Amino acid sequence: MAERSTMPLIEVDNLGVRLNTSRGPAQAVRGVSFSLKRGETLGLVGESGCGKSVTAMSLMGLLPDSARVTGSIRLDGNELAGLADADYCRLRGNRISMIFQEPMTALNPMHTIGNQVAEPLRRHKKYSAGQARQEAIALLDRVGLPDPARRIDAYPHQFSGGQRQRITIAMALACEPDLLIADEPTTALDVTIQGQILDLIADLVEERGMSMILISHDLGVIAENVQRMMVMYGGTVVESGPTDEVFRRMGHPYTQGLFRARPKLGARKGTRLKTISGTVPELADLPAGCTFSERCPLVIDACRAALPPMADVGPGHGVRCIRTDVSMAANVGALSA
Amino acid sequence: MSTAPLLDVKDLEQRYTLPRESLFRPPGQVRALNGVSVQVQAGKSLGIVGESGSGKSTFARVVMALERPTSGQVALLGRDLNRIPPDELRRARRDFQMVFQDPYGSLDPRQIIARIVAEPLTVLEGADRTTFRDRVAAVLKQVGLREADMDKYPHEFSGGQRQRIAIARALITQPKLIVADEPVSALDVSVQAQVLNLMQDLQEQFGLSYILISHDLAVVDYLCDEVAVMYLGRIVEQGRPEDLFEHCAHPYTRALLDAVPRARAGGGRRRRGAQAIASQSAAATGCPYVARCALADQHCREALPELRRVGEGHLAACHKAESVMALPQAAMEG
Repeated sequence: MAERSTMPLIEVDNLGVRLNTSRGPAQAVRGVSFSLKRGETLGLVGESGCGKSVTAMSLMGLLPDSARVTGSIRLDGNELAGLADADYCRLRGNRISMIFQEPMTALNPMHTIGNQVAEPLRRHKKYSAGQARQEAIALLDRVGLPDPARRIDAYPHQFSGGQRQRITIAMALACEPDLLIADEPTTALDVTIQGQILDLIADLVEERGMSMILISHDLGVIAENVQRMMVMYGGTVVESGPTDEVFRRMGHPYTQGLFRARPKLGARKGTRLKTISGTVPELADLPAGCTFSERCPLVIDACRAALPPMADVGPGHGVRCIRTDVSMAANVGALSA
Repeated sequence: MSTAPLLDVKDLEQRYTLPRESLFRPPGQVRALNGVSVQVQAGKSLGIVGESGSGKSTFARVVMALERPTSGQVALLGRDLNRIPPDELRRARRDFQMVFQDPYGSLDPRQIIARIVAEPLTVLEGADRTTFRDRVAAVLKQVGLREADMDKYPHEFSGGQRQRIAIARALITQPKLIVADEPVSALDVSVQAQVLNLMQDLQEQFGLSYILISHDLAVVDYLCDEVAVMYLGRIVEQGRPEDLFEHCAHPYTRALLDAVPRARAGGGRRRRGAQAIASQSAAATGCPYVARCALADQHCREALPELRRVGEGHLAACHKAESVMALPQAAMEG
């Protein structure tokens, strides 16, 4: 058992995903590697099309059939990449679960919430209908749904957005997964409800010793909720490290740009936001070399020649940039601590 | 110079009738707006913040004269929008335009940009749309797009560019007021900043007023001269952003501020108390926030607090505003 606790739960090595988009084949994820021990939490930050959700979907085995996955994904040492769909079905919702952004579309409007929470229990744990119902009530109670015994036969539309997200969390937790993937779990919710849901997820992760991958575009959500983080852009990880370390000294011009572009409370009217020029590139036409080169204020010719390697800039803190000497001197992040 | 406000909203109430549950009882009502009064001066911006269900989008729809309020008045440039004849209202619409949240849903995918942007003109001036191409080209330039973009379709643009198109469509009638309902919340962070800067530039250039509806306090802080915090159809606090965010006087504003996740090192989890969601349909006595308020006492449960002055240009509807202001304030980001 000692071996089990030190071995990484999930190990992703040089993951690549090629998708067929309407604009031709696109490399949605390139060379993503990370490993996560039991109980550890990892954040993925980035904008639309940066590959964070595709990375999550490849862990869940939910990519479209036309997608081509390279590299390896190992769960407790067992290879998941290329696993047959039937075998993946035994893992999904059982050892790996996911919470989605839109609680309304993640729930089936035609089924009662009780049936939806009980479904993974019936399927994976072979509970009887009665057992599963009892367990579903207990789960709904744990996630803070008021009066679950009475409301278990209600339909999703009878709940508010925050309550629906609690229900999807109960579904994801039903089989006590080892790994929980939360893809923008609070983006559709009010800021006060967001706090409650994130508190709930943090409690459950701690209580059950799960590992968690939290995907968000919100640097604030990442800063407060995960131990380690990866910033993604154009399908590659451009910066990774312990969350505190990254926020103390941001190394990649993109991370710095994201941080500066956020409107901040207390920044008065009349001040201008520092923007990142240009727009998020389509995956089908990423620039050669560094994926951020077209929008980067520090770009030099060498940036366009080849994808920069990950450079170590601190303990466990890597930055995929050849100009870290300049970018780190700007000291972005430290001042706002 | 007259100091008459551009927009003068008085005692606005909007009620929606719920489906009848029983044959023998009158149907329930949702009080979406409960006596909202607010003024916007020309060239100034008002931000409206609050959670879903606070009535902020209903407020926008009523100000845009898309709905008739149950009672109260909305006066733009001295005309009560609900009293003027429909024909005059349609002509008056050139003075107030709207930008919606979702730049994907708000542009017709089957029409070219020139036609989308010129549509308010074709409705207002009735002339042939081909004569508007020069004006469309000019307004596209103002929002940072190119003349060549006129003959493209919406799907050829990114989210940020689509929101620029939506802003161009609002600008083309040279309005005095633009009501923007969550204009940047569907955009990527790096693009959000570009659109917010653009909105600020346009305001300086044309002396526009904005009513900016947002759940993001930082966005409102950045763009607005005044902020109103709404809760269950009422304004519970109103004032300049610096007063509101540095010396907030209502516990609800405080809760909103505390809930914003801060992007900084050593953040860690900050625990928040569980908050029950109050009901909108109950015609309760006392303060509507009482169920969620940590400071509530018997008086709060019995008497509805009026919106009252707690500082220079700073209003709050709380019996305990002074004690809230005396609390250590939420830390700001640098």
